Amino acid sequence: MFILDIVSSILLIAGVFFGFSGAVGLFKFPDFFTRVHAASVTDSIAAILVISGLLLQTSFDLNTAKLVFILLFLMITSPTASHALAKSARHGGLLTLAEAKTENKGADDKQEQAH
Amino acid sequence: MAELIDLVLLAMLALTALRIIFLKDLFAVVMLFGIYSFLSALIFINLDAVDVAFTEASVGAGISTVLMLGTLALTGRKEKKNSHSSLLPLLVVTVTGAALIYGTLDMPPFGDPDNPVHQHVAPRYIEESPQEIGLPNMVTSVLASYRAFDTLGEVVVVFAAAIGVLALLGIRRKKDSDLESGLKEHKVLHVIAKIVIPHVILFALYVQFHGDFGPGGGFQAGVIAAAAFILYALVFGLPNTLAVASPKFLQWMASFGVLLYAGVGLVSMIKGGQFLDYNKLAADPIAGQHYGIIIIELGVGITVFAVMLSIFYAFSSQAERSNVQ
Repeated sequence: MFILDIVSSILLIAGVFFGFSGAVGLFKFPDFFTRVHAASVTDSIAAILVISGLLLQTSFDLNTAKLVFILLFLMITSPTASHALAKSARHGGLLTLAEAKTENKGADDKQEQAH
Repeated sequence: MAELIDLVLLAMLALTALRIIFLKDLFAVVMLFGIYSFLSALIFINLDAVDVAFTEASVGAGISTVLMLGTLALTGRKEKKNSHSSLLPLLVVTVTGAALIYGTLDMPPFGDPDNPVHQHVAPRYIEESPQEIGLPNMVTSVLASYRAFDTLGEVVVVFAAAIGVLALLGIRRKKDSDLESGLKEHKVLHVIAKIVIPHVILFALYVQFHGDFGPGGGFQAGVIAAAAFILYALVFGLPNTLAVASPKFLQWMASFGVLLYAGVGLVSMIKGGQFLDYNKLAADPIAGQHYGIIIIELGVGITVFAVMLSIFYAFSSQAERSNVQ
């Protein structure tokens, strides 16, 4: 039981770390796609780690099954949500940071040639 | 520890509320309302009120966010500039707030165990309901049996909301069914939605019929089932959803749920009891209570489901129409 507690707290702490880093990334990253990337870290790996940590805290009964269902549901839905967000932004014509840079550069070059 | 969590959550709640007041972008405001509801749900969980937390998460953060987004699709996402002077409203708000604060001075002290509510009502329910009703989830006993008349009132309020929205907006059946709707390009969403929707409906049924034993009941179940249909409408388009559950059918269902609820009350009157007195429904009073609670919860679930979906239809059919024009 003691080992299970240690493993579970390691998992929980790792989950909290990834959740926190996802939140920091959401604020610090420069454009939409990088931010979605940071947010999806919270959705996927942090949720998996936290719920795995909680799984080890249960006494392997009905609660365990419920947590497993929640984990399965999250693993199906949250990557889908991130995917849908990114794809919608892409179809809406949002450029990534690199693309926006090259596009600006191209426009500048053309202007210089015109001069 | 619990107090620390409470303080953090309440601080975040206050920050969210302040942000909602000062933001002009209504889309962000709707999202913040969702966050606000989730935070309140967390506070309710911390207070061990899981039933209320469940309702808050599914109704407040789930369906009302969707309905408000549907409204935004009709009205536009920017708040209009207010050209009126704000002095008179400020005065009214200040006076009202002062009156309310003055009113709270007469209330019993917060959290005091000697408060009237802890003296006779709560102990009565906690001590007597296992013998009188015998449900493991006491919240359902109180909500569906002791306070069945209140709950009937709530269901009628939900029903009246549907009547109001349908009378104002109506559901437009389009002749031009070639209209683009749904997310044709999102193949991943199609696959995932097909996997998720049946499970969401199954979960709604679980919440509906497990409400006697654990957190849940008709309100939450109806909202969850409606969410499954709304997901279908968003991914596969509104015309497909109208084919599955037509507005006419939903209007019948909404009335049927209320009638089922009130009908249980009438049957118990015919059997010689009072309105909604479930003891008379079966030879054994406790069995009668169980029948009554299951049937009225079903009525609640059906009405809530039909009403939420009707309101969504009304908003989104209008929005699609204005998109086309």
